[in-house]
Amino acid sequence: MKPLRDVSPGRRSGLGILFFVLFFGVWAFATLGGYVPKTFLADPITMVRSGWTLLAEQGFAKDIGFTIWRVIGGFVAATVIAVPLGVAMGAYKPIEAFFEPFVSFARYLPASAFIPLLILWAGIGEAQKLALIFIGSFFQLVLMIAVQVGATRRDLVEAAYTLGANDWGIVKRVLIPYAAPQIAETLRLVLGWAWTYVIVAELIGASNGIGHMITDSQALLATDQIIFGIITIGVIGLISDVAFKRVNRKLFGWASL
Amino acid sequence: MSTLSIQAVGRTFAGVRGGAPTLALQPTTLNVADNDFITVLGPSGCGKSTLLRIVAGLDEPTAGQVLLDDQPIAGPGADRGMVFQSYTLFPWLTVRENICFGLREKGMAAAEQAEIAARFIAEVGLSGFEAHYPKQLSGGMQQRVALARALANDPKILLLDEPFGALDNQTRALMQELLLSIWELHRKTVLFVTHDIDEAIFMANRCVVFSARPGRIKNELAIDLPYPRHYTVKTTARFSELKAVVTEDIRAETLRTVEMEK
Repeated sequence: MKPLRDVSPGRRSGLGILFFVLFFGVWAFATLGGYVPKTFLADPITMVRSGWTLLAEQGFAKDIGFTIWRVIGGFVAATVIAVPLGVAMGAYKPIEAFFEPFVSFARYLPASAFIPLLILWAGIGEAQKLALIFIGSFFQLVLMIAVQVGATRRDLVEAAYTLGANDWGIVKRVLIPYAAPQIAETLRLVLGWAWTYVIVAELIGASNGIGHMITDSQALLATDQIIFGIITIGVIGLISDVAFKRVNRKLFGWASL
Repeated sequence: MSTLSIQAVGRTFAGVRGGAPTLALQPTTLNVADNDFITVLGPSGCGKSTLLRIVAGLDEPTAGQVLLDDQPIAGPGADRGMVFQSYTLFPWLTVRENICFGLREKGMAAAEQAEIAARFIAEVGLSGFEAHYPKQLSGGMQQRVALARALANDPKILLLDEPFGALDNQTRALMQELLLSIWELHRKTVLFVTHDIDEAIFMANRCVVFSARPGRIKNELAIDLPYPRHYTVKTTARFSELKAVVTEDIRAETLRTVEMEK
């Protein structure tokens, strides 16, 4: 092995899969071999079987649907406001000076600590869950987008000015297209975080969703179901991540030339 | 046609953290006639690029003013096209879209844009590369696109800030010939900043030599080599004479710059 030397694509996927195989192998060995009591950790076979029961008989698909809707709803709401505000802050320094200190402060407020307040304000319905995801993603998005837009190469801005662009033209035809691929990457990253917030929201005061299923299973000591729930989140997260990456690469092919 | 008049333009940069302000450019006066190809030559840091940026409207003078067709310059505009030393093509646009950037900003019809773009792409020898992205082009090709992009806008004056500075010697020589042939064709007024003596003499009809920082015009030479110029002009006796004069001037100023930096 040499530092920074590339591996062939085949070997890369092979190594990636190998870790999954090892992971499941160790898990199966520890549980099926009887080294870990069933109450603490279910074995993979029981996990898959109870996962099937969950989906086929207990309407877990509906829970998954609810969770996905909450993530997307909260995330889209945050994006719709955060992107224009972030662009405005990146482009216009007085706007940045006005919002930046507060947003920087708000970013460090732990979103999950808002749950009691949000329950007080919005009850335990959908609004509370969407609001939590909104709080968790919005401030992060705004700050990162503002930095990315503000970091546009100055010589490109100057070139556009000498080609006759006006101030709005600079924003529309230089700052936004320049930062667009990075903004898309930021959205992908923050969407991943939104997935962790939604589960937190569903652990408390929810009557459906993946997080709710996990809390219910805890009461029943059903570790097989808990693990199945966790893996479901992982798989959905992975799928959305890959899809996001594909779309980004298609939209902003120039950035990866 | 159009004339550029630089009238006692000076630039002082404010001191950093309460330090003394830096005088970058002493009040400089230069009149550029229509169709002039003026090269501005000087040691690095002499303020020649600052002067060009002031003409472009990207920097503001702290003294004097610049008039273009008797109108004072206030900010950048499409009437002064510029090619930078760094590669400033928009990486998200293809070659054709880059060249059309200014035309689109003017609100020109798409068909007309395409026609103009095609003409200038052919002129800089990049036919077949219309749909390429800047990152797929070599440095020399990128600068040719940048030149085409500036020319497509039909500016009154073309400002070039060491546009070939980052290119290797052979490519640079070819670019000079290309620029010269385009200038002989369009007869645009050109203000070209460089620190390369051969380049300065080969293309210009007037060569302005700057002093060490704070810059001022130290010498001004009429380059009386006949146009159209062929690259072989570089081996003529007259070229060598001019080069000897300019070399002496520049050498003295470069030595002063080195002295100052000690």
